[in-house]
Amino acid sequence: MITTQSAFRAAVLDPTSPPPTGLRNPDGAQATKRFDVYRNNVAVSLTDALEAAFPVVAKLVGTDFFRAMAGVYLRAHPPKSPVLMFYGDDMPDFLAGFAPAQSVPYLPDIAHLELALRHSYHAADATPIAPDALARIAPDTLPNVTFTFAPSVHLIASRYPLQSIWLANTTGGKIGEVAQPCLVTRPEFDPTVDALTPQQAAVCRALIDAEPLGQALRHGGSGFDLGPLLGLLLSRNALISLKT
Amino acid sequence: MFDAVTNPLPHRPGVGYKAQHFNAIMDDAGPVGWLEVHAENYMGLGGRPLAQLRHLSEKFPMSVHGVGLSIGGEGRLDADHLARLKTLCDWLQPASFSEHLAWSTHDSAFLNDLLPLPYTAATVTRVADHIDEVQTTLGRQMLLENPSSYLAFAESDMTETDFLAQIAARTGCGLLLDVNNVFVSAVNLGYSPQGYIDAYPLDHVGEIHLGGHDEDEDETGAPLLIDSHGREVVDPVWSLLDYTLAHSGPKPLLIEWDTDVPEWAVLLEEVKRADAALNSIAAVFA
Repeated sequence: MITTQSAFRAAVLDPTSPPPTGLRNPDGAQATKRFDVYRNNVAVSLTDALEAAFPVVAKLVGTDFFRAMAGVYLRAHPPKSPVLMFYGDDMPDFLAGFAPAQSVPYLPDIAHLELALRHSYHAADATPIAPDALARIAPDTLPNVTFTFAPSVHLIASRYPLQSIWLANTTGGKIGEVAQPCLVTRPEFDPTVDALTPQQAAVCRALIDAEPLGQALRHGGSGFDLGPLLGLLLSRNALISLKT
Repeated sequence: MFDAVTNPLPHRPGVGYKAQHFNAIMDDAGPVGWLEVHAENYMGLGGRPLAQLRHLSEKFPMSVHGVGLSIGGEGRLDADHLARLKTLCDWLQPASFSEHLAWSTHDSAFLNDLLPLPYTAATVTRVADHIDEVQTTLGRQMLLENPSSYLAFAESDMTETDFLAQIAARTGCGLLLDVNNVFVSAVNLGYSPQGYIDAYPLDHVGEIHLGGHDEDEDETGAPLLIDSHGREVVDPVWSLLDYTLAHSGPKPLLIEWDTDVPEWAVLLEEVKRADAALNSIAAVFA
């Protein structure tokens, strides 16, 4: 009697199915509770991984709700890789389509932000440009400047006051009322979340996409002041090279 | 005794490294002579995990312990994952690389557990082929760890110790003997743990693991031990370690504590006990 790994895998992920045949207790009877050890290990370890990966999502919906939801997620989206530090890439889309979670409309954006924080934490190291690098560029060539961003930088678009929701559920604070796209950077080892205005986010997105500075500024609308965004990018070690 | 394993880890206690213990270990690691890390936790591209690993490796011999290669899988090894292991080993240059006699990936789903396989001529060939591929790709000898078993396969027609001996003979790999796993499997499947050690190919052992387990029962009331790595090593497992060391001589000896990780002082007490076991056997083999 052969117990295939297809049958084992299917039964491990489906608690309503009987254990595969060919698995034995020491007395020779078909194993049932002993098979449940593997079921439990798989479900609990992946649920724990998701809870560790999305702590603010879990806080917003409550631990019991989150762990039940994780049970649905891990069966629909089992990890495709043994590198679990990046498990959960499908979570924002899953949350957007998960009917019981629709009462918290900004959950997918929070999940995006938490994914970005993890990717940022594990991103490659990079040396930032000098703070005065732009000052050494001839003024007439400034509009042609393009930047390379550190691999730890992520920009999360959002219609919700995302940074204040995230802060209120981590370090504390009041939830704001205006849209807050979030910039994730990693000045050294710990990722940081800064709020941008929608105009700053539009310019920042253009710069990340390597549009020249002069062209990128147009995404900010008339009267856009580059100073605060540029100061933030420099102070967060977000820029690693520039060229004219 | 002929030493079939070229494992340069020192014959001293080591610990499974946890990031929360970084400062304590760098400050004063006590009798800890080497560290083991789970390979998959260091497969990012940069940041603090790799920076800490670099610092640790400047001070301690390192062991890279994979938990996701699925060497016992029916399908082919994940080439991307094997490449990541090679990148990590080429960069860190660990003293040792080890993996498990288990599977975890099937049809591209990674199940994050060390799942069991039957012991037959066919699975010997499959596992040996996978180990050949690992050793060729990494350019180094690997150690293969015995699993914790909760159930048996009707189709198995050889013992685990015969299976491991055949694998070591065919591939030239070394073995990682997890004494807690031996105890857990022996209780769960109803055989003698000392008998397992008597039948085990000790010449191939490059490293020994010790960890804690939980106690449960199956539906018939028979004992069912769970390999949880979440508490102290129990006395019968320490006794089985002494029995093993009396036959094998001193070996690199690792304390594993992976869930409900305690503060460093608690882990250090386990390390001291491992150190004492090694010291008493070193005197006999001196």
